[in-house]
Amino acid sequence: MTISIDQQKTNNESLQPKGWLRYFSFSLDHKVIGIQYLVCGFLFYLIGGTLASAIRIELASPMSDFMPRDVYNQVLTLHGTIMIFLWIVPVVNGAFGNYLIPFYVGARDMAFPRLNAVAFWLIPPSGLMLVASYFVEGAAQAGWTAYPPLSITTPQSGQIIWILSVLLLGGSSIFGGINFIATIIKLRRPGLKLMQLPMYCWAMLGTSLLVVLSTPVLAGTLILLSFDIIANTGFFNPVLGGNVVVYQHLFWFYSHPAVYIMVLPAFGLVSEILPVHARKPLFGYTTMVFSIMGIVVLGLVVWAHHMFTSGTPPWMRLFFTIATAFIAVPTGIKFFNWVATLWGGKISINSAMLFSCGFIINFVFGGITGVALAQVPFDIHVHDTYFVVAHFHYIVYGGTVFIIFSSIYHWFPKVTGKMLNEKLGILHFIITFIGFNLCFAPQHWLGLNGMPRRVAEYDPQFQFVNQISSLGALLMAISTIPFLINVFLSVRNGKDAGDNPWNALTPEWLTSSPPPVENWEGEAPLVEEPYGYGKKISEQK
Amino acid sequence: MTTLDSSKEIQKNNSEVNETHEDFRMFGLITFLIADGMTFAGFFAAYLTYKAVNPLPDGAIYELELPIPTLNTILLLVSSATFHKAGKALLKDKNSDSQKWLFITAFLGIIFLICQLFEYFHLPFGLTDNLFASTFYALTGFHGLHVTLGTLMILIIAWQSRINGGRVTSQNMFPLEAVELYWHFVDGIWVILFIILYLL
Repeated sequence: MTISIDQQKTNNESLQPKGWLRYFSFSLDHKVIGIQYLVCGFLFYLIGGTLASAIRIELASPMSDFMPRDVYNQVLTLHGTIMIFLWIVPVVNGAFGNYLIPFYVGARDMAFPRLNAVAFWLIPPSGLMLVASYFVEGAAQAGWTAYPPLSITTPQSGQIIWILSVLLLGGSSIFGGINFIATIIKLRRPGLKLMQLPMYCWAMLGTSLLVVLSTPVLAGTLILLSFDIIANTGFFNPVLGGNVVVYQHLFWFYSHPAVYIMVLPAFGLVSEILPVHARKPLFGYTTMVFSIMGIVVLGLVVWAHHMFTSGTPPWMRLFFTIATAFIAVPTGIKFFNWVATLWGGKISINSAMLFSCGFIINFVFGGITGVALAQVPFDIHVHDTYFVVAHFHYIVYGGTVFIIFSSIYHWFPKVTGKMLNEKLGILHFIITFIGFNLCFAPQHWLGLNGMPRRVAEYDPQFQFVNQISSLGALLMAISTIPFLINVFLSVRNGKDAGDNPWNALTPEWLTSSPPPVENWEGEAPLVEEPYGYGKKISEQK
Repeated sequence: MTTLDSSKEIQKNNSEVNETHEDFRMFGLITFLIADGMTFAGFFAAYLTYKAVNPLPDGAIYELELPIPTLNTILLLVSSATFHKAGKALLKDKNSDSQKWLFITAFLGIIFLICQLFEYFHLPFGLTDNLFASTFYALTGFHGLHVTLGTLMILIIAWQSRINGGRVTSQNMFPLEAVELYWHFVDGIWVILFIILYLL
């Protein structure tokens, strides 16, 4: 007699706690796991944001007077690691992926529910370990890149905890990736074709391919690095005959795709949100799909553009410059598709839409500086300056974090059954948008004029511009307050949302809010046109 | 390899709706093995880069003997065949035959590990002697870890395919098939490792 997985799952489900307690349990429900990812990620975002504020306070004056230099190094390392591995990657993949993908493929859960729960529960311990490493001889100081020989020569315990933590988070990410690939390819409802899937499924498929292909390489690299630190081997230690550039190649083989792991799901989410609030079909579905896959393929072969100053030979520079410039093509296609989706639409100006539009504006800035940075002569000039800091914050904050907030405003009614307050939402957007641009736009200028990144002290001539930037950071910190008030008030006494407050057509809106445990009371609906807005009901199949 | 019966369907027990879906556990395992293979690919890439750009310093010893690894290659290839036999036997409900073949496979795995340790103790270099020594131990050690895990899993499968009360039967082949696929994967990695580390 065979025992099916689902049967085991159903048995387990009856033992699960009910109500809010289930969010603290080893729940196998994909919706519970999605919320666990989101809330856990947001708590780490608050920690990472506090660290960012500490950095900006330090940089408000040219001397290192707010904290000692080695503490500054620890703070910036923890800030980078927490924001990337504990906030953006888990939330934009794990949280929204887990919540939405089973709805989109017409399934009752992910392909491997138990693996899914394991993947989530790896995150809190590794995150806590990382934060706690500050109290053990100091946290890691080598930046989120952990370049040797710096990572070998700085105090060992912090660096080892950092490696262990990132290995666990990488494992979590790989398990999640396997689950998404299996769910999207194998668990689709009968009759649902690949080319009828909502765009977020394609984005998650591409992202998961990148996760599965590149994260293991980072794991291997970090294992070798830990050997260098613990066992005194010389893989990356020049004193013992090792080669630091090999570390950089292996590291960026993961960490360049990691940029797409962070931003591709955001592309998918914005493609879900724009058509709903502009009441128009998504422009250029097929080109969207092919540009996602194009970004996946190209994303794997551009890593050395982070290493133009690492003694990279000219032929390699040439190859990686051209390959990187090519990525602008699929990204540009997507950008114009979003603009064309908005064009002539019946746009509702609400928080979700504002954050999505903010994303489009910021992302163009980040994209343009990205193409500029891919050019060797320019890159050599601004390498390791604040220009780079400005560039990637425009991508990961101005791009992805804006979309995370947009998605929270868009899907909050589905998750809780209550609407968020629009006035507070718009206030949140205005403060965030102004604060973000005030914080990071001046950093382009700082970088072009030669202010190096990752240093606690700087030339006094940059003080005024740095203070503007710190003021922006203050606004960004303040912007979380209306958001948190909004969430707490709306969960308690928000307006009832009903099942489909936006009149959206994607499958998650066709069930009750909040959805029942197995997503649908009856059979999963077959949505052949997830973007069929603006047509008469009779024209829809 | 025994048949990967992916069309086997899992029945979902639900009072209102009666839905079935494919058994895609094998699909998940293959995805995982691709990821695992990428870890090895990273190690190989590092080793080959070192070989291309980092010359061995003067006086450093990095010499490998061929007999033991060749024996090990043969051991692993034979063990793949014996595992295959075990799967075939279980499919015909010959559980004790299957167990016999599984124990032979596990035995070959253990012999492999003993040979590997014997080689480690007789090599003229240690882990930290030079870059190539470190890479050699890292690669073979990481592979050895895979063999150790595989051997343990084979022993568990062998115990679970006993006639009375075993959970691995001809109706529930997945555990055996999964470990078998993993074992072939580990063999394949060894062949690549043997070519790159010992023959190149």
